[in-house]
Amino acid sequence: MQSKTKELDPILEVNNLFASTEDLPILKGVNISVKPGEIHAIMGRNGCGKSTLSKIIAGHPSYKITKGEIKFSGQNIQSLEPEERAQSGIFLGFQYPIEIPGVSNLEFLRVATNARRKFLKKEELDTFDFEDLVKEKLDLVKMDSAFLSRSINQGFSGGEKKRNEILQMALLEPRIAILDETDSGLDIDALRIVASGIKKISNEQTGIILITHYQRLLDEIKPDYVHVMSDGQIIKTGESDLALELEKHGYEWTDNFSRHSK
Amino acid sequence: MVSENLVKDVVSEPYKYGFVTDIETEKISKGLNEDTIRLISNKKEEPEYLLNFRLNAFKKWQKMVEPNWADLGYKNIDYQDIIYYSAPKQKEKISSLDEVDPKLLETFDKLGIPLTEQKKLTNVAVDAVFDSVSIATTFRKELAEHGVIFCSISEAVKDHSDLIEKYLGSVVPANDNYFAALNSAVFSDGSFVYIPKGVTCPMDLSSYFRINSGDSGQFERTLIIAEESSSVSYLEGCTAPMFDTNTLHAAVVELIALDDASIKYSTVQNWYAGNEEGVGGIFNFVTKRGKCLGKRSKISWSQVETGSAITWKYPSCLLLGEESVGEFYSVALTNNLQQADTGTKMIHIGPKTKSTIVSKGISAGNSVNSYRGLVKMGSKAFGSRNYSQCDSMLIGDQAAANTFPYIQSQQPNAEIEHEASTCRISEDQLFYLQSRGIEFEEAVSMMVSGFCRDVFNQLPMEFAAEADKLLALKLEGSVG
Repeated sequence: MQSKTKELDPILEVNNLFASTEDLPILKGVNISVKPGEIHAIMGRNGCGKSTLSKIIAGHPSYKITKGEIKFSGQNIQSLEPEERAQSGIFLGFQYPIEIPGVSNLEFLRVATNARRKFLKKEELDTFDFEDLVKEKLDLVKMDSAFLSRSINQGFSGGEKKRNEILQMALLEPRIAILDETDSGLDIDALRIVASGIKKISNEQTGIILITHYQRLLDEIKPDYVHVMSDGQIIKTGESDLALELEKHGYEWTDNFSRHSK
Repeated sequence: MVSENLVKDVVSEPYKYGFVTDIETEKISKGLNEDTIRLISNKKEEPEYLLNFRLNAFKKWQKMVEPNWADLGYKNIDYQDIIYYSAPKQKEKISSLDEVDPKLLETFDKLGIPLTEQKKLTNVAVDAVFDSVSIATTFRKELAEHGVIFCSISEAVKDHSDLIEKYLGSVVPANDNYFAALNSAVFSDGSFVYIPKGVTCPMDLSSYFRINSGDSGQFERTLIIAEESSSVSYLEGCTAPMFDTNTLHAAVVELIALDDASIKYSTVQNWYAGNEEGVGGIFNFVTKRGKCLGKRSKISWSQVETGSAITWKYPSCLLLGEESVGEFYSVALTNNLQQADTGTKMIHIGPKTKSTIVSKGISAGNSVNSYRGLVKMGSKAFGSRNYSQCDSMLIGDQAAANTFPYIQSQQPNAEIEHEASTCRISEDQLFYLQSRGIEFEEAVSMMVSGFCRDVFNQLPMEFAAEADKLLALKLEGSVG
């Protein structure tokens, strides 16, 4: 796998990133580089900054970058609005997808898909063409078309919300997808559906970052790299067997690696 | 239809209707006394009963005090500083549209309401009112074939005096409230609709109200009568130029539905709202009421209120007939320094009457948006039911929303249900939509139209599309 992507330029580079929210520092020098076709896993305790990292990459307005940079396709994206990042191919699968009453899921998916297609200079889809496309993608996550007529995530079970996220990823065909604890709250069957959906969508052009606590997702989707995050830094990087070590020893084992470089 | 053109106009500029038509007008001098009223009545060559109706209303008005119970704040209105009659100068008798001043036709053209034979809208009849007078009413011949009368109220006074004498003031009495009394004394024009027994009106009827002059008030009066087993859908739209003074608009609308008749009355109100600092804009004090006189009759109000500096308006239903039905669907949006105090009254008098209230208030900027509604069950209203739902949405942290529901029941065997909610567009919801590539403004407008869906579903289709665009436009730049 490593040799396959060796010559490619990274799609996402996070260089010495420091960030805070309401003056509280959360990220304290994160480095990560993802090439097309690679799958990275980020593991770590709750509160170590994993979700913050994903939201900052997507452009959440509550966080402020105090030092360092994020590059997407070689460009610094700090000045881009969240929608511009999304249109250009950055996708964040939310840990807790929010409910939006009154806004139809189908209409939302269509507007989002067309915004991405417009960026790619592809023809925008009308209601009929879009319905054909979405029905095809629904199969990937084994969702019923009844989901489409409901309001965004409203009254969805935890598993349905996560499948809806993967459906969005399938429609938007991102270049980098960050999936924040997509496996949490899922039973084994739902986890398999979600994992197989991700695998079917992933391809040689797309980089994927899986943020997770559990080995069981990584059993389904084998990562090329595993990063361990602690207190706002990546303290260890290894291959997929690192996740197995973590599973065996727990996060306490990683405390020895801490190398605060303040 | 009306709205398709309107939609295009609406989205292109913040307030596209702010222009003034430069036209010679006949205005009477400022101020209000008995002579003013005699002058107006004389100009319109009114019969004596109508002059007496006006004078009687004026006497009552003089004894009344301006109400101050609404959650509104504004400078006192100087009623002597208003012109009560202003009309574009025209030939005395106009026999066809070709004789209407081209400037007026052009004005309505610009507003998206073409009136001439060649260009007029195909599926809706329009009565165009300019300041104090009705300019033209389209499709009158076609409607007359079905026995439907659609004309200005001044013409109705001349040609259908029996109906006017019988019904004018029968729903909103001259002394009903301060602004209704003022209107009854000085009303100038407005629309009249009569649907005969058993007739389903073959097309939508619509009135378009245009205030052009800055120093005259508009006091129009609308009367709609639906005879047994008839039905009609009526739409109204309103715009005004941008002046830095406030203009008073005090209208009265009366609806009467007999046995098995149904009236649907839809409004998109887009009077000039004043600028961002709250300078200028229309003071909109309106009394709208429908009387479900007949058994199984139905009156349905739907309104989208986006304009005016101040809105004071409570379209109501008097449910007299057994099993009659009243409905009120409302979206009221306020931005900047706009104030709205709006809602409805559902007065259940007859047995087994039903009413539904769905109100959606959206407040942005520094605006204040209040719902005020009364549901009353009279002693004979056994088996009657009401359902009310009042939702408020706040945008930003400076806007305010209030809900004032009043419930009175003298009938133990009546059901009243009231639900209310308040929400704020959250940063996380916006971020979710944005993180899928949806522009910020569009994300807001998706959420606002989602919030209003229950009401928009009640509007005639073209009106709904217009309303949606109008809201998006009004909210531009109000978030963030």
